[in-house]
Amino acid sequence: MKLVEHFQRGLDAPICLTWELTYACNLSCVHCLSSSGRRDPRELSTAECKAVIDELQRLQVFYVNIGGGEPTVRPDFWELVSYAVDHQVGVKFSTNGVRITPERARWLASTDYVDVQLSLDGATAEVNDHVRGPGSFDTVIGAMENLREAGFRDFKISVVLTRQNVGQLDDFKRIADHYGAQLRITRLRPSGRGADVWDELHPTAEQQLTLYEWLLDKGENVLTGDSFFHLNALGSTPLPGLNLCGAGRVVCLIDPVGDVYACPFAIHDEFLAGNVRDTGGFTSVWRESDLFERLRTPQTGGSCTSCSAYDSCQGGCMAAKFFTGLPLDGPDPECVKGNGERALAAVGAGTEKPRPDKDHSRTVAPRKRPVAVGIGWGPPEPERIPDRACDTSPLAGFQP
Amino acid sequence: MSTDAAFDADRPYRLSPNIALRPEPFGALAYDFTTRKLSFLKTRTLVEVVRALEKQPDARSALVSADVPDGERERYLDALAGLLSAGTIEAR
Ligand code: SF4
Ligand code: SF4
Repeated sequence: MKLVEHFQRGLDAPICLTWELTYACNLSCVHCLSSSGRRDPRELSTAECKAVIDELQRLQVFYVNIGGGEPTVRPDFWELVSYAVDHQVGVKFSTNGVRITPERARWLASTDYVDVQLSLDGATAEVNDHVRGPGSFDTVIGAMENLREAGFRDFKISVVLTRQNVGQLDDFKRIADHYGAQLRITRLRPSGRGADVWDELHPTAEQQLTLYEWLLDKGENVLTGDSFFHLNALGSTPLPGLNLCGAGRVVCLIDPVGDVYACPFAIHDEFLAGNVRDTGGFTSVWRESDLFERLRTPQTGGSCTSCSAYDSCQGGCMAAKFFTGLPLDGPDPECVKGNGERALAAVGAGTEKPRPDKDHSRTVAPRKRPVAVGIGWGPPEPERIPDRACDTSPLAGFQP
Repeated sequence: MSTDAAFDADRPYRLSPNIALRPEPFGALAYDFTTRKLSFLKTRTLVEVVRALEKQPDARSALVSADVPDGERERYLDALAGLLSAGTIEAR
């Protein structure tokens, strides 16, 4: 049996595990895959997180991708990172840079097995802040400066490719080179709040071709999280990577409340396999849940089976199909042969598409929010300082 | 270390200390904690060979102790040479 077939049948433990530590976030990016904003009161405690790490160590999950929300706003975040690396679980964490002070950058540079991934969605403040909110470009650039100053080499700069930034690929590469970092570009999926902006932001067919050629031409040291394998149908040179949907087979997500989903882009009851608080913990969910067992049985390609590109494209991304209302055994909405668009047109005519059903967005995004209190006369009154996660800022009350 | 030296079936080797092996139905995942790279040992026999290296006086004996059939020895020695250049195993 070929290696890739083993992967399709699932491994004893995941290879690519994403763990979102909190739904709280200081930003409210329009395309957030987890609809983050407010902390969820049921989030795993420090002790519960450590128990999960112990389990990952037993399972020999060698590294986790930690995200959120903005994971660094958890007061116990650095403690958990240290605990993980002390237990042979390496960490790469994604951040918007808000907590990467010069001091923290030095600590990171001196800690083994920790990697940092900064989110940047535009090579200019204009393009970036349109998606990630005002000020977010300056914050992330500041964090990059701090990491470079501290001598942290090869941290990751992660870009979600959109219609507005495809033209900036070379600029992103330049920024990464300038900071001694590695560029990572991934695909925009219609997950979380991304469902609302996907129509407007996902790359056009022409842009997909530009991207594919750029990846073949200049992408040698660029990471992609294996996310563009649907583009393989564009040519005879497959992009490097596993090139299959790993959901529930080699990929999964643990969300802040301990729910285990097949993939970080599939936060929906349909793809919920169990919870780490259940008897048997994460191990049982991974090895025995009905959902994962189902995902590991051979899948049919549906109308894709007759396509000449099926071997390298595999019908694309399950989550992208699901949240655009397409059948899971048909073409990807961004099918490079145009079959996705035809399928979408058919869907648009009838049934309603599934909505992301786990929303932690703040009710009013801060960027659109009117000034909440009048500008008072005299010193601020202490009791007016927000102290709840759901108040003015989700960071309120968090001690750095 | 001696990863630059060419593989020699008559010399002793071992799994590099920065590598961890995770058994899987197909063989094992090999994770390098230093380079953060993941690679695969694609058969269970190869995993046994790699684990046997440390206890055997040379690579050839490790093949014997892992019951690698005669006809497949060359293939396994090639695989070990590959693992040496990737840094998964090292001379001792
Ligand atoms: S659902 Fe999409 S993002 Fe998730 S593993 Fe499959 S292809 Fe990748
Ligand atoms: S028809 Fe299916 S397999 Fe063919 S290119 Fe489109 S999504 Fe890929």
